[in-house]
Formats: sequence, structure tokens, C-alpha cells
Amino acid sequence: MKGDREKVLARIREALVLSAPHHDEPVGVKATSSAPFRAWLPPVGEAIGEQVVLFARQSEVLKTEFLECADVAVAAAHLAKLAAENGWKRLAWHAGALNEGVVPHLSSVPGLELLKVGAGYDPDALEACDAGITECETLVAQTGSVMVSALSSGGRALSVLPHHHVVVARREQMVSDLAESYARVEKRYPGGLPSFLSFISGPSRTGDIERILVLGAHGPKKLTVLLLP
Amino acid sequence: MSQILDQFQSDTARTTADVPRRAFVRKALRGYEVKRDETKATFTDWQRARNAASAIKYEGVNHLDRYLQEFEEKFTARGGKVYWASNAAQAREYILGLARDRGVKSIVKSKAMTSEEIHLNAALEKEGYEVVESDLGEFIQQLKKEPPYHFVFPCMHLKRGEISALFEKELGTAPTDSPEELTQIARRFLRRQYLKADMGISGGNFIVADRGVISITENEGNARLTTAMPKIHVALIGIEKILPRMEDLALFLPMLATAGTGQHLTCYNSMYGGPRQPGEIDGPEEFHVVLLDNHRTRLLADPEQRDALHCIRCGACLNVCPIFKNIGGHAYGTTYQGPIGSVITPHFRGLQDWKHLSGASSLCGACTETCPVKIDIHHHLLRNRRNAAAQKPVWWERIVWFGYVQTMTRPWLLRIATKLAPFAQKLHPLVLGGVFDPVRAWTKSREFPEVAGESFHDWWKKRKAKKS
Repeated sequence: MKGDREKVLARIREALVLSAPHHDEPVGVKATSSAPFRAWLPPVGEAIGEQVVLFARQSEVLKTEFLECADVAVAAAHLAKLAAENGWKRLAWHAGALNEGVVPHLSSVPGLELLKVGAGYDPDALEACDAGITECETLVAQTGSVMVSALSSGGRALSVLPHHHVVVARREQMVSDLAESYARVEKRYPGGLPSFLSFISGPSRTGDIERILVLGAHGPKKLTVLLLP
Repeated sequence: MSQILDQFQSDTARTTADVPRRAFVRKALRGYEVKRDETKATFTDWQRARNAASAIKYEGVNHLDRYLQEFEEKFTARGGKVYWASNAAQAREYILGLARDRGVKSIVKSKAMTSEEIHLNAALEKEGYEVVESDLGEFIQQLKKEPPYHFVFPCMHLKRGEISALFEKELGTAPTDSPEELTQIARRFLRRQYLKADMGISGGNFIVADRGVISITENEGNARLTTAMPKIHVALIGIEKILPRMEDLALFLPMLATAGTGQHLTCYNSMYGGPRQPGEIDGPEEFHVVLLDNHRTRLLADPEQRDALHCIRCGACLNVCPIFKNIGGHAYGTTYQGPIGSVITPHFRGLQDWKHLSGASSLCGACTETCPVKIDIHHHLLRNRRNAAAQKPVWWERIVWFGYVQTMTRPWLLRIATKLAPFAQKLHPLVLGGVFDPVRAWTKSREFPEVAGESFHDWWKKRKAKKS
């Protein structure tokens, strides 16, 4: 059932018979152009080092905890510390090369149950988790964002349902801006993008009540990004 | 006088008299303005970014048929369903049909102004479905049984005490004056809803043609949960939300955030390209996109004002509008408030019934100046005035204008009129405020300025004579 497809399209075509004036001169946005507007957005350095510094600065503004880790052991130790500090009882994670390197280190943390989500997981069990650890597609320096997807980050819910979201990423996943991030995923999934992609910029928040910032509106109250070499 | 105009006049009289509320709202709006200016300043060139955004929307809207079909083709290839709705009734009926057919009981919604536009909640509730708004502001407005006050900040007019009292009454919670605790009350209540709902309904900020995805912008995470947990996802989106290319989002997402809330990027910007795909572990089994016309093609058919369809609903024009600041969001009586609402509502719901909105404007142009996609908003208000007068002239206005033109084009007549004016004004107190007072709308709340005893023409002549 497609509804009034033909009627709506006919009305559109009829309406477009008269052409509308441009208010501005065209700015070279052609069907083939590759994001010519990038130069006008907030500036980002070319070198990865600069981008990491900018990402760290944006993270501070967004109230994301950002930590550069020298190796997997440092990341695992930090996670163990977070688990102890926040009293994590259950931790959810998904299969993935980076995760497999970090998460098994946590099996020694006393009283911490690990839940590996896969097809057919129980949403209630996931909701009961204190934290979720995911990988990501990219880190975006310009905005301090993490791009997650249904394929790289354990589906749609793992990165939003538990109260603390932890991202593990590699330095090479740092990109300058959103446009570069899109280019990366296009290249990675030539057969079609995952059904869900999202730029996450800081922990969930709201200012709906008197413009006062509250973290943890519906999604995670805390966001931690661990950057491995 | 029409009933809608009557309502507007009595509502604005009431809301403008509520000075403390006006001050409260004005302070919040000012806060958004300051934050936006700060973030705007981080752009290398905001004006050129605006030009680019305007040009991209021009491209999309002026080839709407082509891009919508491209979206449909790409989206359906991945298992999504597209429904084209000519009007509100069709859109409601399609969604109701889905709910009936799939045996839905509980529905969770993330923010969608299109659903306000077609009064979807009332239709669903009438048939016995439980419908819960999950955006905090919308959740509060739903409990309050009131439409959103501002299409980006639905409950910006409410103080925390009022929200606490509302929660106490409707949810039985303990009173608190902490926004943090109030948010947690909603969080706890809504978490259960995401897990139990069979259907999630969302809006959409952008329809991306070349990759067949829709993009949703939010801060709270409620839209992400609404589109992750229930087994059916329905997105109700106006046809004008088109963007030609995925990479265009790299411009529009930062611009929407900057103009809307003064953030570099809102917390979650998600792109949905279909239901759960093979190899993915969760996500809805079905994903329906309802493309809503509902008179948008009427506006499209007006090339002069077509750019009003470029609107990305950032709400920036409301935040700077002197009218919005004084009359508030509810007095408009429209789904879309503020300057942009005053432009588009007459096209959607009838020019004659809604032409008064174009009159409720100071034509200061702050809206046009702030618009991230450069819609010529305040001139469109003038165009609506012109079109309304041309379509259905008002007899007494015609008489007044006829007299004005006669006088202004005949210097001798104008001279007589200016000589007589001070005497005529002396008689004004006799009719002041009564039905025969020609300026009673003005004198109701202000004094009429005194007419000068001497015309500029005479003064100039005298001055020249003195000099020589």
C-alpha cells in the first residue's frame, strides 16, 4: 500500500512548473560536489595529533570522559576502576576485535557479571546493566562525537540503554568532521550502510526544565571514550 | 469577525497582560540567543555556510518529485515501507490501520510536530491505544493536556514548581524543586514504556535521497530508544524535509544544532536506513515512513514563498521574535508558532482565516536575519498581507485607502487636510474610545500623539524665508 503516491507526485510536478527565484547566487553546490561547505564550518587541524587535542577539548565541553590509553592493559585497568567507583554489577558488551582485547580482563573484577549481547538478547537484562561497552565507526574531532552503527556497536540499544556508555576506539578511527565520517562508513560498507548510524555527542541530556542542563535524560548519564593507539 | 481572530485577540490580550510569565519566557529565549551567537562564532564563515544550506535546500525542494522517488527506491530496497499521505486523515488512518492489523497495544512516541499537526494522539487514544510521549517536554505537555508552547522547547513556559505539582497530581510523586529529580521521575516512568511498547512513532528532521535514510536529531536519547526497542517503527515526516545527499547532513546537523539550541551538535543525530537488516542483532522488524503532504504542495505551488519549505524547524526565528516574546506560543493557535508558523499556517489552513498572523508582526526582520537557511520570512508576512487583501478586499479599508491616495496625490488637498487636522483632533475627546472613534484600537492602550500645528512644508518655507 503506497497511499496517494501518484496524486502527491502529480501535485508536486504541477507546483514546480513555475520556477522559484534564487535569493542568493548559487554557491557551487552541484550534484557531483563533495561537501564544498566544509571550509566554512568550525576549523579542524589536519594532523591526527591536533584532532585528538580538539576531541579532548570538545569532550570536556560535552562532559564526556576522554582518556588516551597507552595499551589495552591501561584501558582495562581504567574500566576496573570505573566498575569499583560506580559499583557496577552488570556490564554488557558485544563481540568485536577491540572489545575481545579489553573486556576479558574484567572477568577478574569481583562481583561483576558480564553480559555479551548477540541476536536474541533479552532487553530487560540489558536494561538492568550498569554499563555497556561498545566499539564505534569513527571519532569526530570537530564536534567531539562518536559515530556508532548497528554493525560496529552491538546493535541499536547497547549504546543507549545501559546507564554508562563506554566506547573503545583506535587512534586511526579519528576523523576531522562529519563529512569524513560519512566517507569512512561508505568505504567500509560498499554493499549498503548499516540500518542505524548515530553521532553521539556526550551523555544524554535535556534542558527542557527551565533551561537547566540535566545529564541522563533517557539515555546514558555518563559517557567514557577510551582511545587506544 | 471570524472566530479564529476573536480567539487570537482574546488570547493575546490575556497572555500579554501576564507580565511575570513574559519576563520568564523572555529570559529563557535570551539565553538561547546568547548561546547560539557563541557557537555561531566558532564557524569559519557562518554566512557562507548559510548560503550553502539555502542552496542545498533549494536544490532539494525544487526537485522534490525526483528526490522523494530516489529516497523511496533506496529505502524500500532495504525492506522499508513508504506511504504517501495527501492529508491528515489519510496519515492517521494508515497508522491506525497498522496498529489494528499488528495487534498493537502500547505506543511510545518521540517528538514529532507532524503528529501534532494531524492530531495523531487523539485519534490513537480514541481507539483505545495507550500513547506515551517520551520527549521530556512533550511528556510534560501531554500530562498537562496542552499543546507544545514552542516547537523546539515544548514546556519552556513552565516553572519547575508547576511541573512538580503536575507530576504530583498525575503520577503521584513527591514534590521537588530539582530539575534533576523531575527528569529522573520521567526517566523511570518512560523506561518501562520503551520496553513494553509494540510500536514506536517518531518524526524526522531530514529525508536523505541518495542513501534512502531519514535523520533524527535529539538530545535526550528518547528517539533512539523509541526506534530501537519496539518491533514496529513509524516515522511521520513532511515531504519538504528532503536533502539530496547524505554528505549534506555534514552541514545541516551542525547548523540545526547551532541555530536551534546553540550546541555544536545535539547529543544524538541518528540515521535510519531500514528495519533490522540481516547480520544485525536488534532493531524493529518493520519500518514505515509516512510522507505527509497535507497542503505542503499548496505552498510549493507559490514560487514566491516556496523557500518557506526550506525550513528545518530549528526554532531560531521564534527565539528572536518580539511578537513571540510578548504573546507566547499558545496564543498563535497554530501547530507551528512564531514567524515561520505565521508564514506557513495561512497556506496550510486558509489565508483568510489566518491572515491576522501576518498582521501580528513588527516586520523588524530579526527572523530573516537569524534563519540558518535564509528564508525571506518577514517579506513573506508582507506577501501574505498583500495576497489576503487582493483575494478578499475589505470595504472600509478600500474607502480609507481611496481617500488616502486622493489626498496624497493632490498637494492642495493635503495642505487643507493638514491645516484641518489639529482642529479635528480637538473634537477627538468627544468620541474617544467609542464606536465612532476611528483610532479606538490604538487609544485602547495608548495615547494618540498630538498632530503638529504646522506642516513640515510650511516650516521649511518659513525657515528659508528667514535665512534669505
